[in-house]
Amino acid sequence: MKTKLNILFSILLVACFFNCKNNKNTQTEEHSTTVTNQTAEKQGQAFIKDDGSKPNVLQIAMDSKDHTTLVAAVQAAGLENALVNAGPLMVFAPTNEAFAALPEGTVANLLKPENKAKLALILKHHVTPGNYSKEFLKKFKHLGQASNENVTVEVKGDDVYVGGAKIIASISAGNGIVHVVDKVIIPKN
Amino acid sequence: MKQIFKLSVGFLMIAMAFTSCNNSKSSKSNSALNSNAAEKVYVAPGEYDEFYAFISGGFSGQLSVYGLPSGRLFKVIPVFSQDPEKAYGYNEETKPMLNTSHGFIPWDDSHHPDISQTGGKLDGRYVYINANNTPRIAKIDLTTFETTEIIEIPNSAGNHSSSFVTENTEYVVAGTRFSVPIPQRDMPIKDYKGNFKGSLSFLKVNPENGEMSIKFQLLMPGFDYDLSHPGRGKSHGWFFFTTYNTEEANSLLEVNASQNDKDFIAAINWKKIEEYVNNGGGTKIPSEYAHNLYSDENHTATSTMMHEVLQVKPSDVPGAIFLLPTPKSPHGCDVDPTGEYIVGNGKLSANLTVHSFTKMLNAIENKKFAGEAYGIPILKFEDVLAGVVEQPGLGPLHTEFDGKGNAYTSFFISSEVVKWKLGTWEVLDRKPTFYSIGHLMIPGGNSANPFGKYLLAMNKITKDRYLPTGPEVTQSAQLFDISGDKMELLLDFPTIGEPHYAAGIPANLITANSKKLYKLEDNKHPYAAKSDADTKVTRNGNEVHIQMTMIRSHFSPDNIEGVKVGDKVYFHVTNLEQDYDVPHGIAMIGANTSELLIMPGQTETFVWEPKQVGVWPFYCTDFCSALHQEMQGYVRVSPSSSDIKLSWSLGDDF
Repeated sequence: MKTKLNILFSILLVACFFNCKNNKNTQTEEHSTTVTNQTAEKQGQAFIKDDGSKPNVLQIAMDSKDHTTLVAAVQAAGLENALVNAGPLMVFAPTNEAFAALPEGTVANLLKPENKAKLALILKHHVTPGNYSKEFLKKFKHLGQASNENVTVEVKGDDVYVGGAKIIASISAGNGIVHVVDKVIIPKN
Repeated sequence: MKQIFKLSVGFLMIAMAFTSCNNSKSSKSNSALNSNAAEKVYVAPGEYDEFYAFISGGFSGQLSVYGLPSGRLFKVIPVFSQDPEKAYGYNEETKPMLNTSHGFIPWDDSHHPDISQTGGKLDGRYVYINANNTPRIAKIDLTTFETTEIIEIPNSAGNHSSSFVTENTEYVVAGTRFSVPIPQRDMPIKDYKGNFKGSLSFLKVNPENGEMSIKFQLLMPGFDYDLSHPGRGKSHGWFFFTTYNTEEANSLLEVNASQNDKDFIAAINWKKIEEYVNNGGGTKIPSEYAHNLYSDENHTATSTMMHEVLQVKPSDVPGAIFLLPTPKSPHGCDVDPTGEYIVGNGKLSANLTVHSFTKMLNAIENKKFAGEAYGIPILKFEDVLAGVVEQPGLGPLHTEFDGKGNAYTSFFISSEVVKWKLGTWEVLDRKPTFYSIGHLMIPGGNSANPFGKYLLAMNKITKDRYLPTGPEVTQSAQLFDISGDKMELLLDFPTIGEPHYAAGIPANLITANSKKLYKLEDNKHPYAAKSDADTKVTRNGNEVHIQMTMIRSHFSPDNIEGVKVGDKVYFHVTNLEQDYDVPHGIAMIGANTSELLIMPGQTETFVWEPKQVGVWPFYCTDFCSALHQEMQGYVRVSPSSSDIKLSWSLGDDF
């Protein structure tokens, strides 16, 4: 049975887009493709339907109209599952404006499939394993990022700057915290 | 909540379209490969699994025995926690097993099982496993699958970098996680730095019977010691420990212990220290700890309090201990089957660091040190580095090896297993785990001879993977076939407690030695009744001892009178059966303890303190025979002032 379904699945995949549609809409096509859809959905915690838990850092980014560029970048880099894990994760989320402030063409260039690894590194540079409020971050001098590089933490008056980017809002998440920042933090390498 | 979801529908649509395409691709390759996954894990009824997997129970305190590839659970061996099912820690015989210098401890957190070895190969004699909370190491005998020894580790706290065996089971090693004042004393916590010490204990194993004794305790700087593995082959004689919190912070470690870019792997030449100790080196320090041994002869455990340990300071044995800088709070410390490579899984690092044993020896010989910590030479990172696996994933925890030149590392944050090649450090394959893998296991993984057919991933989180069971859902193990170039997910199955680590072994190394029953004639329990003629009830003050037998399908005696309120009644029950798989159980109404579950030829004891006058029944709790429901009896309990004499009988009214 499973073998058959898997074969069916492979055939269905030829029409990838069709399959994607099914994923969006599991209700309508349930009879023949349920297993297919489940298999695809079960490729990570990012795809668990859960309206009982506090939104995770990925959901928060997705819910924000100011972070569409970031979300698109996360998806292009294939990092969704890393952001929904138990963490704890602290994400410094540059706004659309912050991305727009980069030299023209930078974002479009990074979103190209051949730059996936580069994009992933830049995004990981915005993630710390940890969960600290803006206030608490003042205790740090630097943070070790998922990019394997450090970023500096600076306090100027009431403001906290991480890797030169100012924290302008903070939203606590089910698996950590999202600090909205006004700049894209570029790794040294 | 729902509103938020509705608002985000637009983004989700785009997201799902994008991501499900990606994921569909990966499932395509999965499905093409795993078309016969079911066949590969199917073990037909009555057939045996190829491997045993001993999977730790984590906060259950126990050790579970599974079959691979089927994922079938055979037994949960009680080790550090009471188990009412088997009366472990409840009956009088096994209570001493849980004795410690802190008194009787009914629970612990079991972590890292390791199977005994001879010549670098698994020998299938014993499993050793550590208790993390109240530091102890247990030995499980693989002829009976029972815990037969528990030794407490003094001057240790959070016994985590344990319980790994050297290649001839010369030693079982138990490293502390916490550094503490040694000896324990009343002092301000803030004075931790420089004053607290981390103890690494080397337990000598008696080759005859596997019994442990603390040979020496090495007093290391006040770091946290996370995991360890022995050298093997060329590096046999060394032991490697990962450290973190080399900052020596005593509060908010998640911040303060992550300040240094590099912590250390401590390389310890235990042969050199052993030699020093054998020549009279070391200092005997008063330390209280319990050593508990269970005997299959009298089916009884004894607990002995020990009063001192031999301690060695690094400065006592120059040239025996070195520190290898290793990035970012390494967790797993894993040595490849050749003994050349030492992998440090820096859990906050995005790269994997691999050290070379040969380079380490060269650096030591040339005395190329970067500095020292508390007198221990620190080697230069570049001098000992064999290679780096660049950006393999997020949150590396632990690496095992297949014996074919490949390594497999678990990544907690990115929730995946990554296969990479030793020597070239290239990533060969990656597979997601569902979800948040901790450790992984390849049978024989901690030996010179891994059996690189299966890999077991142990996951902390399952969320939607199984039918929901309320807020608490099971953790899981996931079985991969690693015999091909690409890993193939075959199966996942629920585990008991938290599966921290596991040890796997080909079944044929164990099955022939597995005991079927205990010989009644060899039973040396002081209260054994080996036939009906031996049964009796005796009084000693308010203590009543019932020496009872059980056989299909009666207890002897089954009518007892003369027991009084306020008595302490000991039921010493011997199973007279000499037939495989015929245990009997016994339980007494109102007894403040568990049942007994007694194997053929064995004697066990429970205590009942009757509080109410009456005639109270007991019965067999294990469906033993066609007449199981007839297997029962009565005890008459009279007022404390009663002068009814003790009497007992079986079948007198017939």
